[in-house]
Amino acid sequence: MAQKTIDRRWIFLLIFIGVALPLIFIIGLPIETTENVRMVYEMVENTPPGSTVLISYDFDPASRPELYPMGLALVEHCFQRDIKVIFTALWPMGVQMAEDVLDVMRQKFPNKEYGVDYVNVGFKAGGIVTVQAMGKNFREVYPSDMNGTPISEIPMLRGVKNFDNLAFLFSLSAGSPGIKEWVQIGHDTYGRPTSGGVTGVSAPSILPYVNEQQQLTGLLAGLKAAAEYEFLMDSPGLATSGMDAQSIAHLIIIIFIIIANVNYWRANKAEKGGK
Amino acid sequence: MKRNIPLIITFLVGITVIFSEFIPHYPFGMLSGELENWFLIISGFAILLGQLSLFKVNILKIKFKKENWQYSVITLISVVVMIGTGLLWGTKDNTGILGNGDQIIAVMGSKPFDYLFDNVYQHLQATMFSLLAFFIASAAYRAFIARTTESNLLLIAAILVMLGNTSLGSFLTSWIPEAISFLHLPKLAEFIMKYPTTAGQRAIMIGAGLGIIGSSLRIILGIERSYLGGK
Repeated sequence: MAQKTIDRRWIFLLIFIGVALPLIFIIGLPIETTENVRMVYEMVENTPPGSTVLISYDFDPASRPELYPMGLALVEHCFQRDIKVIFTALWPMGVQMAEDVLDVMRQKFPNKEYGVDYVNVGFKAGGIVTVQAMGKNFREVYPSDMNGTPISEIPMLRGVKNFDNLAFLFSLSAGSPGIKEWVQIGHDTYGRPTSGGVTGVSAPSILPYVNEQQQLTGLLAGLKAAAEYEFLMDSPGLATSGMDAQSIAHLIIIIFIIIANVNYWRANKAEKGGK
Repeated sequence: MKRNIPLIITFLVGITVIFSEFIPHYPFGMLSGELENWFLIISGFAILLGQLSLFKVNILKIKFKKENWQYSVITLISVVVMIGTGLLWGTKDNTGILGNGDQIIAVMGSKPFDYLFDNVYQHLQATMFSLLAFFIASAAYRAFIARTTESNLLLIAAILVMLGNTSLGSFLTSWIPEAISFLHLPKLAEFIMKYPTTAGQRAIMIGAGLGIIGSSLRIILGIERSYLGGK
């Protein structure tokens, strides 16, 4: 007897409903924080006000649903603590992603001034070599910001010569080049505290860098981590609202897995009974 | 000669960069820094080369009416429109050849490049990635069957991680007393990700690292020559 299977269109339909409905009717499921997220949060909390940090937007719109909320929460946290932020990107589309975050931040923090509190130096091709060169001489890699303003005319960058002048490095990464390059050069070569945010699917390949040597100081993995970060900041946002949808979608997948297994056992039993 | 010169350059550059990691002083540090700058310049040209290659491949496809050549037309139109709007009216804070296009902004609400990026490109990419959810759901239904001991373990781990990585995990196990809090689904998921998964991943990474060292040495020593092209 053949195992019963469900038409995949039913699976697609239920996943669609399971994702769409919680986005409209918010359930408000609880959020529990994990150690990796708390490490990132504490890293920002322990950074003295007035320090300069670098956040690299190494993703494109495909990974935006997971990484953009992280970017928003992290930058908001930095701005709340008066930390100056250098935005950069190892992916061409990352510049636009950073600009989208800045559009929101300009409204939330109208007092923050471009060039004084934050700067966007834009995209640079070259991946790991760009990071390596940045660590040696930031100005040689970025002689000007993304608008063409010379670095020497940007007040917050006057004291930034290399990674030694940055409190921490952070990569919002959807692949390569991305977080691995920042760890290997930023932390392993130059010894700067490095952290990052990645999509849920790529988390297992990055987690080995969260270790006793603190190659990565914590890690934000997937939408849940972004929601946890918002929870720690007590500022629910995009990620928190997306968690209900993700939870229900996962539940539907688990129900289908159970159905598939029940069908398999029944088919197996019937086959044995028939012999 | 045509093959020997690139091989000599590769050998010298490779050796210099390796030496500079161990002896970051003059002249290796300086040479390595200079080579990094060259790499950045070449990377910039690689983007241009990629664009030219994209045009060449698609134009040839259209010319010879190869299978699905219609998509190549759409690709080329899209590239030309995005590059064109970006060059003519610029992006966000950058001015283009024709200025800022204030009249267009008054109609569209933003510059043409930004309008297309925000309203077309972003959504197309997000849609492609979102489709994964549907395929993963369908694949999970077919793949996660408890046939053997190994697949049982995989199935249990998958369900624990799936539940633990959502708010549902916290919701279902929040009643568990503090004394046995390790049974909280998010904590179980964290444990699986932190120890068994990371251990396996480290083994893969060490293997891949050794593989990269091996293939890099083969290239530097001229044993592996496929990057030179030809047979």
